[in-house]
Amino acid sequence: MIYLQLLWSFFQIGLFSIGGGYAAMPLIQQQVVELNPWLTMGEFTDVVTISQMTPGPIAINAATFVGIRVAGFPGSLVATLGCVLPSCIVVLLLACLYTRYRKLTLLQGALSGLRPAVVALIASAGLSILFLAFFGRDALPAGIDGVDFLAVGLFVLALIVLRAWKVNPIWVMVGTGAAGVVLYSLPGVT
Amino acid sequence: MPKKTRLYGQLFLSALQLSAFTFGGGYVMIPLMRRKFVDQLHWIDEEEMLDFAAIAQSSPGAMAVNAALLVGYRMAGIPGAMVTLLGTVLPPLAILSLISLFYQAFRDNVVVSRVMRGMQAGVAAVIADVVFTMGRGVLAEKRALGAVLIVLAFAAAYFLRVNVVIVLLACGAVGALDGWLAHRKRRKEGEA
Repeated sequence: MIYLQLLWSFFQIGLFSIGGGYAAMPLIQQQVVELNPWLTMGEFTDVVTISQMTPGPIAINAATFVGIRVAGFPGSLVATLGCVLPSCIVVLLLACLYTRYRKLTLLQGALSGLRPAVVALIASAGLSILFLAFFGRDALPAGIDGVDFLAVGLFVLALIVLRAWKVNPIWVMVGTGAAGVVLYSLPGVT
Repeated sequence: MPKKTRLYGQLFLSALQLSAFTFGGGYVMIPLMRRKFVDQLHWIDEEEMLDFAAIAQSSPGAMAVNAALLVGYRMAGIPGAMVTLLGTVLPPLAILSLISLFYQAFRDNVVVSRVMRGMQAGVAAVIADVVFTMGRGVLAEKRALGAVLIVLAFAAAYFLRVNVVIVLLACGAVGALDGWLAHRKRRKEGEA
């Protein structure tokens, strides 16, 4: 019974969280804190924090975490399954339509409008992350004190490496992560 | 079928690797996927990658999962999609299972927080790089509409905080209308 509840709750989360990571957050909160007594608000906040520190979509992370707490490892599998089921149905249907009607004028037009939109949305999300890295929050700081110059330096270096040598982005992340451990543990660095 | 097995293996390992390094939301997945499937493996072309990103973004569920399903389906149909789905879900499932066992200690670990601070700058650089590359691709089509849509969509998403689904639907509708008008104009000129 608990498995069915997990499946249904995370199916709804998967179905209604259109538009990526942060769109899923209020939905997850509603399902696992308010509608079901699975997590306290404090535990939910921890899940969000952990999700930012670990790879993978927040909805999958939450499904695994909640599932294990509520019903052990099988619970995490069931919750994850519920979470990806709407994706499987809708995306595969769209993929099927895409391969069949790719050459259609109307779809061609729609996709040519979507491409610039995707670039703009990536830029918008990227700017938020950039501000978070530089200033510790998603906004310009009041003064120069709020700027993390180490992060600015790492960003510029990483961008040069990416543009000039076309290295794999994965190595840039490993490198900046390692640099973070070293630089932020230097004396005098906060 | 040894060849098919090899394709499945490659799809699974690619999805696994991409998922294990997708920190900071689904948008980070797109540059990583582009590098892997467009630049390295030459399985899909640049335009398809952008289409997949748009479809993944405007479908329900996690963007990384949707994008993985699309690439898997494109390469090997439904079985391929299941293989990439498994590869994408496995890393977060394994990592969060481990963390849920001792999450208090993980959350307060000072080394973990330093790694994450450094990686934030790296993620920002990766996204900036892909915006330059993809943006140049759109502008190279030399259509004014593309440039206008980039500016409008960015303003709507960043400054006005319009829901991304609405931004995508609006841009898709404008593109479809533009395509239909151009098509009608061509047909009229053909008749004349």
